[in-house]
Amino acid sequence: MDAPAPHGQPQAGGQVGRSLPRIEARAKVTGRAEYTHPMRLPGMLHAKIFRSTAAHGRIISIDASPAQKMPGVHRVVTSEDVRRVIPEPYYGPAFHDQPILAIDKVTYVGEPVAVVLARDPHIADAAAQLISAEYEELPAVFDEVEATDNQILVHEELRPAGTFADLKHLKGRRGTNVALEFKLRRGDVDAAFAAAAHVFAHTFKTQKVLHAALEPIASIADWKESGLTIYSASQGPSIVRTEIARLIGWPENRVRVKVPYLGGGFGGKLYIKLEALATALSMIARRPVKVALSMEEQFYTITKHPSTFRIKTGLDKTGRITARKCEVYWNGGAYADIGPRVTQKSGFTASGPYDIDNVWIDSYALYTNLPPAGALRGFGIPQLVWAYESHADMIARALKLDPLEFRRKNILREGRPHATGTIMRDVKLETALDRVAELLNWKQPLERGRGLLRRGRGLAIAMKAVISPTTSVANVSIAADGSAILSCGTVDMGQGSDTAMVQIVGDVLNVPAESIGVVPRDTDVTPYDMGTLGSRSLFHMGHAVRLAAEEARDKVKALAREVGEPEGSNAPISELFKKKYGMQAGTIVGTGIYKPDYVPPDPANGLTPNATPFWMCAAAGAEVEVDTETGSVRILRLVNVVDCGNPVNPAIVATQISGAALMQLGFTMFEKMQIDAGQVTNASLADYKIPSVLDVPPRMENEAVTAHQSNGPFGAKGVGETGTFCVSPAIANAIDDACGVRLTELPLSPEAVLRALRAKDNKELEDQ
Amino acid sequence: MTTRTISFTLNGEAVTADIKSYHNVVEILQRDFNLTGARESCGQGMCGCCTVLVDGTAVSGCLYLAAFLDGTEVRTIESLADGDKLSPVQEAFIEAGAFQCGYCTPGFILMATQLLDENPDPDEDEIKHYLSGNLCRCAAYPEIIKAVKIAARKRKGE
Repeated sequence: MDAPAPHGQPQAGGQVGRSLPRIEARAKVTGRAEYTHPMRLPGMLHAKIFRSTAAHGRIISIDASPAQKMPGVHRVVTSEDVRRVIPEPYYGPAFHDQPILAIDKVTYVGEPVAVVLARDPHIADAAAQLISAEYEELPAVFDEVEATDNQILVHEELRPAGTFADLKHLKGRRGTNVALEFKLRRGDVDAAFAAAAHVFAHTFKTQKVLHAALEPIASIADWKESGLTIYSASQGPSIVRTEIARLIGWPENRVRVKVPYLGGGFGGKLYIKLEALATALSMIARRPVKVALSMEEQFYTITKHPSTFRIKTGLDKTGRITARKCEVYWNGGAYADIGPRVTQKSGFTASGPYDIDNVWIDSYALYTNLPPAGALRGFGIPQLVWAYESHADMIARALKLDPLEFRRKNILREGRPHATGTIMRDVKLETALDRVAELLNWKQPLERGRGLLRRGRGLAIAMKAVISPTTSVANVSIAADGSAILSCGTVDMGQGSDTAMVQIVGDVLNVPAESIGVVPRDTDVTPYDMGTLGSRSLFHMGHAVRLAAEEARDKVKALAREVGEPEGSNAPISELFKKKYGMQAGTIVGTGIYKPDYVPPDPANGLTPNATPFWMCAAAGAEVEVDTETGSVRILRLVNVVDCGNPVNPAIVATQISGAALMQLGFTMFEKMQIDAGQVTNASLADYKIPSVLDVPPRMENEAVTAHQSNGPFGAKGVGETGTFCVSPAIANAIDDACGVRLTELPLSPEAVLRALRAKDNKELEDQ
Repeated sequence: MTTRTISFTLNGEAVTADIKSYHNVVEILQRDFNLTGARESCGQGMCGCCTVLVDGTAVSGCLYLAAFLDGTEVRTIESLADGDKLSPVQEAFIEAGAFQCGYCTPGFILMATQLLDENPDPDEDEIKHYLSGNLCRCAAYPEIIKAVKIAARKRKGE
């Protein structure tokens, strides 16, 4: 008999591997599931925010008196009031750069400047519109590349937070908009370019888009001298607690963060969003205060990084890549949020899933006068893949190589070093690519359409290193009747984490997953977790939950021995407790802590022998039909194949891949925040379209390849983001294949396609 | 601003509410009746998260003024199940895995129910067009279409 697998072994008939419906399904279909946005506390006040109309300016005056006089207004709050209760009101995960309300100056249109508190939200709203502010307008910078020349400074001084172990090297700097620059140097790029048979250089851009979680961001703070309770739509209750405790100078045990279900997150509900403002307002008003955004206000709160990516590749005469240089500029907006980590953690994979001896990467996090950017389902990876996989097809096309064969020739294989030097393990990338090619029948010619309608197909591959190092802790308690309950801080925002976690507990305890309870997230009860982000939870929390359940199981066995049960006895757990305590009494608690090994990159060259505990791999293919008269593109077929290790819940994995791909389809085809002199001009779902049921391609296939992540819990790894990676370049490559035009900027709107088609025929459309 | 009292039937029960002219249906349901299945999201009638049935017709509760409820019969997602017995559409949504975060789900279920009341056997195009006024950012659309097909069969007793 084999020794037991160290990380849990999936077995036939076990709980892991079941396509169990979400355990909270009944609550969701009956409308009973709890969310923060509709939540109310007795006696609470509603806060409405007065926002900056200047992209960059000094605040000369704020006139709040008409609002203050309005009947029903409790009071108006500005940064002066905030500083009386929180003297240093700056927050942020990477930099402590963001004030709770603007202090002295504003740095983007939409920045919170003042707040009206009232019992009736309509009165607060009406009063907020009576506030006026005068600004001395300063020149503003909006473009990420222009920001690098430092002619216009968004902040006079940059203030690193020192939160993350791997960002400790950041020092406070003046005179720059560069929050962080990440460098990777491998081999000798210049020599390799000089020796190359072919060199290609292209520039790609991505646009500013929005998470648009249908539950807008919301927090309620209830401050009392004895303690503070925050109810929040947050993906990271532990980080919120730490940051709020720091801001108000309290120990963490007096700050309690409670998180119900989230109506979507996608990275937009991470770190401090409204929690610090709600806390300050509750401290000022001395009663519960709710800050609940409208959909419009989400556009002014957190967005996805626009990017510019200059990529240059050298190849030998056979089409083998010998050198790659990447310069990536991330438009972080006015506050860094998690942008510096995006810059580093995604930056280091900018050279793509290819085996290249000579790599040069510069990745820059830039401040600009735009609404802040943070994590959005992929942590920067979709921006990178958009560039390197469009570039890959342009090279293949120019060298008359089949795009599939070109990728196969250069793909990074198991056991080979990534650009960082980390050896690739458990990457079924080529298997995923082969499966996409098989599904698309790549070897057979495609029916090309007729007349004005031209058909084409494209593919793309990608990988992501999960963010590291991060820690998760979980408890599994067994009550005296033998029933078990799980406490963990992973937030279920729709990805099905509660279900996956109870499947892991059930598998270890050998009981049905549905019988396991889950404690709602509450930092007084649920132990530390770094956050529900970056597809890390199933792996990290999955391990912590597994370890907690194993410890609980071992304590039950010890109890059985203690009360004299023979080895292998089937006595119910309740009987063991009864024998020990003489009645139905007692509790067993198992705890699990998980933090993977990790070696930070050398700041000088970005190299590390252990960049990540696991790699996420994806391949996608698209078939499109382009109307060459209008530029409109129909996606006829979208195929996504991922490596997520061994799926804990295959049905939920399939919906994760599909949902991620459709979200990215919106970012690819039409979503774009239109910005005029810093002002978002389409800040509503009437003007900013997100995918509807009509945008689902007629054929969509979502698959996970057979795989086993050797260091994963039950062989599993994360998959929340994987389906987004390849969609944009697969579609752009298919458009080029269909009609011979290459788009290098997202979205792939009919106008962009038509302009490119007309330019190709030397009949350019005039600008409006 | 004057307050007035309206009377209506809410999920089969006669109720009254004190409202101002600017109050919408969603906030009254949440504030006075602790019913949070209809939720605000886009605030513009674009997403359907706030769907409730007024005299049997689906309306956007974030735009529909509470004053118009006077004398009507209102049904919300909370009334769809019969005790512990879920409606066929609710059951089908679970079977098909037709939601992730669940925030938009009540709106989709009410619209799907109304669709099947009008057209017990819709084809895929009819389902898509009928539900195109509801948004799901988790994009569980393929599963929602599947759920409506399952629900249609369940309602016919298949």
